[in-house]
Amino acid sequence: MTDLEDLYREIILDHYRSPRNSGELETPPAHRAEGFNPLCGDEIVVYLLVADDGTIADIKIGGQGCSISQSSASMMSAAVKGKTVAQVRDLMKSFKGLMSIAADGAELAEPSPSEIRELGDLAALRGVVKFPTRIKCATLSWNTLDQALAELDA
Amino acid sequence: MTKAPDFAALKKDFPILHTERNGRPLVFLDSAASSQRPTQVLDAMDWMYNHAYANVHRGVYGLAEAATNAYESARLKVARFIGSPDSSEVIFTKNATEALNLVARSWGGANLGDGDAIVLTTMEHHANIVPWQMMAAERGFEIRWIPLGENGQLDLTDLDVLLDGAKMLSVTSMSNVLGTITPLDRLISAAHAAGAKVCIDACQSVPHMRTRVDEMGADFVAFSGHKMLGPTGIGVLWGRHELLEEMPPFLGGGGMISNVTTEGFMPDAVPSKFEAGTPPIVEAVGLGAAIDYLEAIGMDHIRQHEIELTSYALRTLSERLGQAITIHGLSEPAQRGGVMSITLDGVHAHDVSQVLDGYAVAVRPGHHCAKPLMRELGVNATARASFYLYNDTSDVDVLADALIEAHRFFAT
Ligand SMILES: Cc1ncc(COP(=O)(O)O)c(C=O)c1O
Repeated sequence: MTDLEDLYREIILDHYRSPRNSGELETPPAHRAEGFNPLCGDEIVVYLLVADDGTIADIKIGGQGCSISQSSASMMSAAVKGKTVAQVRDLMKSFKGLMSIAADGAELAEPSPSEIRELGDLAALRGVVKFPTRIKCATLSWNTLDQALAELDA
Repeated sequence: MTKAPDFAALKKDFPILHTERNGRPLVFLDSAASSQRPTQVLDAMDWMYNHAYANVHRGVYGLAEAATNAYESARLKVARFIGSPDSSEVIFTKNATEALNLVARSWGGANLGDGDAIVLTTMEHHANIVPWQMMAAERGFEIRWIPLGENGQLDLTDLDVLLDGAKMLSVTSMSNVLGTITPLDRLISAAHAAGAKVCIDACQSVPHMRTRVDEMGADFVAFSGHKMLGPTGIGVLWGRHELLEEMPPFLGGGGMISNVTTEGFMPDAVPSKFEAGTPPIVEAVGLGAAIDYLEAIGMDHIRQHEIELTSYALRTLSERLGQAITIHGLSEPAQRGGVMSITLDGVHAHDVSQVLDGYAVAVRPGHHCAKPLMRELGVNATARASFYLYNDTSDVDVLADALIEAHRFFAT
């Protein structure tokens, strides 16, 4: 597999071409957060609806961006729906871990089977780490979700 | 015009253009962001560090005098290159951004307050927007905007209304996104008729076409060395002597004073007044060498070469990519610089640039520090290819091949 094919895996292109959970939610009750990638002008809007029991009842994604930021947002939305806020924070931690390990230039070990299961489609984004400028694209939606979650606590 | 040089032969002066990326020869199409530099520039800088280096304007020993002479003769070269009869009108800065901040803070600080207005265009680089916005936030003056019209040109319908009562028009000479050459004659005379001063962000034009500040009629002109074969860390602000005289200093420190006591300081004369601290000495000498190189080729030949290349690129890309490509801006090569912003149908600029990198083609994706313009164009990001004297038609051919591949990869 070439680096490019590794970066743009089929599953990524699929999420890019048919993004899951795209749209808007009414605010309130949903929370809205906006994230920018100052490098390229990409913009992600996350709408987050949390149920009384602390699970993510619904999530919608708006904005525009490249295949990496759009597919990452789409995969994220699918991954967090129905999870508790605590579970989402765990997932965010392992995803950011996946992205930042290689930001230090270290070779990335193959993720363990349990990690792969946990990350699901998101694991396909690990090819991004070979292209350091694209890591910001992949983490944009997660940082925006992080802001939305912070608003919940506020 | 003197005889046109052999542009193909110039490439040997740029070692980096003979390197490979991803196993392919580098195709460098990002000179609008920063150009490459020839060995002549590097050698001049090297020579100074090895043979003639000391701090300037201080020591009385021979070496310090030699360094001061080298630094000051770079100033003379810049003055001659841009047609300034008085070299004290040339102020060395870190880059164009600093030069524009100098104008906004020093001239703006002395002249703009509550109830005043300035005029910018939505085509500006952030470097010619944010310094004014920062001052406006402090001083409470109004910023008015000349909007974008058809074909990537400014809409000057309301020019006189916008300029009415304004104290400054600060405008680009060439868009770093669209390559549009702005109608400076008309803008400058309208601004002066309205009593406004004019500041030109000439970052994209000075490297590529003849510049004559004595004919242009502007009050300030800013540009960067690194976009014109010079090193990073050096920029130029040219300003009218009488304006520079009246303006307060920008940064304070050594080199910019004539006297300091515990009670206060007296600023030095121009240009020293605006050159606080140890200046970019060797960078100035490098810029001087870059000017020598450009003058040996001739700015009119460089402009002609880029018009021909732009014309070839517009034709080739439209023919080979058809409906799949949008090239923003003017379609007439003589009215634009060698900068083209591209969108590929169904492919984001970031992804375009990534695939192009696989072909060792260096273009820039993004908003190009011109977000207000991108908003008017209705796009988030473009991929920008830009040419300089060392590019040729084979670079355009590789660009076309790579764009076709990017389109095939994503859009089918
Ligand atoms: C039109 C224009 N203005 C200003 C700048 C800022 O130049 P610098 O970053 O060298 O200060 C640039 C370059 O990026 C530019 O293209």
